[in-house]
Amino acid sequence: MDIPYTVQVRPDTGLYNAKVGIWLFLASEMMLFGGLFSAYILLRVGTPPGEWPHGWLDVRFGAFNTMLLALSAITTLLAWVACKVGDFRKFKFFHACTLILALSFLCVKMYEYHDKWIHYEIELKDGRIADGHLVSRTSDEVVIEGRYVTDKKDLYDLRAQKNLPHDEIRIAPSDIVKMQNYGPWHNTFTAIYFTLTGLHALHILGGCCVIGYLWGPGSKMWKTDHERFTNRVEVSGLFWHFVDLVWIFLFPVLYLT
Amino acid sequence: MQATVQEFPPYREGEAHAHEAHGHHEQPFFTKYIFSTDHKVIGLQYGFVSLCFMLFGLFLMLMMRWQIAHPGVPVPLFGPLLEKVLGQPAAGGAISADLYNSFGAMHGTIMVFLGVVPLAFAAFGNYVVPLMIGAPDMAFPRINMASFHAFFLGGLVMLVSFFIPGGAAQAGWTSYSPLATTIPTDGQAFWLVGMVLLITSSLLGAVNFIATIIQLRAPGMTWMRLPFFVWAQFVTAFLLLLAFPPLEAAGFMQLMDNVAGTSFFLPTGLAIGGHMANVSGGGSPLLWQHLFWFLGHPEVYVLILPAMGIVCEVIANNTRKPIWGYKSLVYSTLVIGLLSFIVWAHHMYMTGMGQKIATFFQATTMIISIPSVIILTCLFLSLWGASIRFNTPMMFALGFLPMFGIGGLTGLPLGLAATDLYLHDTYYIIAHFHYVVAPGTIFALFAGIYFWFPKITGRKLNEFWGRVHFWCSFIFMNVVFLPMFTQGAKGMLRRMSNGGANYSAAQVHNAIDTLPGSVMEMNTWILWGAVALGLAQIPFIINLFWSIKHGEPVESDNPWGATTLDWQTPTPPPHGNFATEPHVVRGPYEYNAPGHEGSFLPQSDPAVTPTPHAH
Amino acid sequence: MSESNHPVDLKSSIRTCIMVFAVVFIATASMIAVSFSHVGGWPLKVALILAIAVVNAFFVAGYLMHLLSEKKLVYTVLAFTVFFFIGLMGLTVWATNDFPTGTLNH
Repeated sequence: MDIPYTVQVRPDTGLYNAKVGIWLFLASEMMLFGGLFSAYILLRVGTPPGEWPHGWLDVRFGAFNTMLLALSAITTLLAWVACKVGDFRKFKFFHACTLILALSFLCVKMYEYHDKWIHYEIELKDGRIADGHLVSRTSDEVVIEGRYVTDKKDLYDLRAQKNLPHDEIRIAPSDIVKMQNYGPWHNTFTAIYFTLTGLHALHILGGCCVIGYLWGPGSKMWKTDHERFTNRVEVSGLFWHFVDLVWIFLFPVLYLT
Repeated sequence: MQATVQEFPPYREGEAHAHEAHGHHEQPFFTKYIFSTDHKVIGLQYGFVSLCFMLFGLFLMLMMRWQIAHPGVPVPLFGPLLEKVLGQPAAGGAISADLYNSFGAMHGTIMVFLGVVPLAFAAFGNYVVPLMIGAPDMAFPRINMASFHAFFLGGLVMLVSFFIPGGAAQAGWTSYSPLATTIPTDGQAFWLVGMVLLITSSLLGAVNFIATIIQLRAPGMTWMRLPFFVWAQFVTAFLLLLAFPPLEAAGFMQLMDNVAGTSFFLPTGLAIGGHMANVSGGGSPLLWQHLFWFLGHPEVYVLILPAMGIVCEVIANNTRKPIWGYKSLVYSTLVIGLLSFIVWAHHMYMTGMGQKIATFFQATTMIISIPSVIILTCLFLSLWGASIRFNTPMMFALGFLPMFGIGGLTGLPLGLAATDLYLHDTYYIIAHFHYVVAPGTIFALFAGIYFWFPKITGRKLNEFWGRVHFWCSFIFMNVVFLPMFTQGAKGMLRRMSNGGANYSAAQVHNAIDTLPGSVMEMNTWILWGAVALGLAQIPFIINLFWSIKHGEPVESDNPWGATTLDWQTPTPPPHGNFATEPHVVRGPYEYNAPGHEGSFLPQSDPAVTPTPHAH
Repeated sequence: MSESNHPVDLKSSIRTCIMVFAVVFIATASMIAVSFSHVGGWPLKVALILAIAVVNAFFVAGYLMHLLSEKKLVYTVLAFTVFFFIGLMGLTVWATNDFPTGTLNH
């Protein structure tokens, strides 16, 4: 039993089934990220003035990731074009690039997450706060590389503060009131940051799985039904472009504003 | 109204595909029944599982009604079973307050997300829509199968949550923060995981339905020749597609609040049990409400639109005349779909909204009642001058009309902010929405089951027991829900595990506006009405199973004399549905067309072309 | 035959891609520049940055996703989605900002 318009386009819509399907799915994804972005807006607007972090994310990594993803979107398109013109080897080349670029993006992201993971804010008994990256932690002492602040508010706007000290600080565990790293639980900024970029990274991973499948075992279909295979490349490419589009908004919203 | 047949290249050549070159005649059990990609099997899978969940939801309701009418008294018959299975929360066979809360939350969740929506949208939609549009299957059969299994898994997670320490979710089907995050049970996390699975299932289904209806309509099946049921499912699918994702996002965020200690929905300064909560704060409980109700409102249209579609099909068929106002029905449904996205905060009038925003939502809510009334009016007007056949499906369809009327009209004081401030969170609300969904949607679903049963099985459900089922359900639905309007208007609040005893005149002396004895007595009436309602479903369940093998066989593929394409298939429809590709030549409700013999003209019968007649 | 409205060839596609990449690069650089500059208060900066992001997105969607040459059906679906997206954001923000600040007479 054959389902019509899997490969041929339907005359009145001008589309084949999977293309309709993927655009519908992307519409729902727009609403998904829309829900998260509206959460971001509400949380930020609801924060007392001066308490929303600025400069906690390294713009260089973000910009580099932006260009990686943009390049991968381009190689994705070219992979599809290669299929359309019948050049299977170029398809393999371009999508191999896509996968390498995507995995590089994820590596940079993991490094950024790790950076937050080992960044601690330590409230001390004498009222000061020690803030910096963890060097070592034993039962006798906690060593971080960072600085002391007296007012928690000084931790928020890193853009406004230049040449911050980065000294080695040794703390006795008995002086610690509370020690918390910059994970999602730290404040609403880290919460929405990890959630937005985490969900985005999951989408990148999912996209890698699909493109990886089409590059690998799925590419057998090139020989049996190359038009249907080309459609699959196009449809997965559309998903990948959408994931790039989300990052085009994520980067400025999280890193630059 | 000369219609043109669309010029399409044929999508399949040749005759019946009984033994095509695909090579799979006899599929193994697992592929045929468990991992099937055939839309009819998937529809039946959804139907069977959702009916089981609805029965379980009914059971939960009976337990709650007992507790409301007789607080603290061990439940007869089921008390020992509850104690054995659940332990401490059901100590002595009585429903504790926490257990009541979890039953309440899960009753709502199960009935809405595991019962009515899968039955109305996924079960009926999957089985009937491809048949009605003349398609061989859904556009994406494997995604269809994935959608069912995600639903099944989600349901399993919800059921399992009853047996974990702390019990199932207890923060209402609405799962408001901060309560949902601070209740000391993992049941809330299970609920959220279950919801994510169910939402995924719905999204996959929605994509499938929309793509199928757009792309796989048979030649000649133009948009305005679609049976109204298909239009209803089309708009419902769009509601699911675009309204569910923000709740999925919110679900992730609440899950992170629960397990990762974030504060998306937890405000600064939150204290639990007298101590400051160890969270960062800075979150917004209102944010959860907005994201939840952004889905929550379109969700109620998801509950009602397929039902209206079914009622329309049954009424057209049993009045033997075209539906009055087909175009009005279609445009009203589209307008409902559009407006349903911008009315949600009428569920939030009590959250301290300002006048401007409250007025905005009040206005859109009032406006959306207009297309709903138009749809009901068209269905009522379709009865005028009709030759009504009072068979069981028609009885349920007719019963739907006044019941949905009551439900809809009682929604008006709820849409108006001023009156809603009083009525919010009272039993008035419970009465309103149950009228729309229970004697509303569920009656329509019963109508659909009695109507399409012969197509699925080749036999009819027993007519006598069908009528018993109808009359008993109709009477007892009203016994259960009608008094609740009074209770709510008198101020009885929702979700009180002892039925409002704390606020009754008997317990609170020398105070005005306590709940009078007459209102408290209604709890007893409602309990017996609910028990009778539950018992009234037994003949239906027996009828359903018995008739599969022993029901009266139908003499033709089209025992109801229906015009739509689903009745032009063999019984039951084989894999691929149609022997040859149907070519549609006329509208969906050509009953008793003037100038023709016979009481109906099938949509795809090319032998007779109708003389143009005014609509 | 799936796409028959415009012929696809590798050379012109590469040219389009280079153009889009240049747009993304320039947009990213501009957004960073605005962010670190002192043009005005944060609201103006945010508006400017988002405007650049929208232009950036337009090019990616228009050329890489072929949205500029898509069919009417896709435009219709996206138009409704955008409407609901704006509704979600706008009405939620309005609802959060509109609340009573006093009683009737004070």
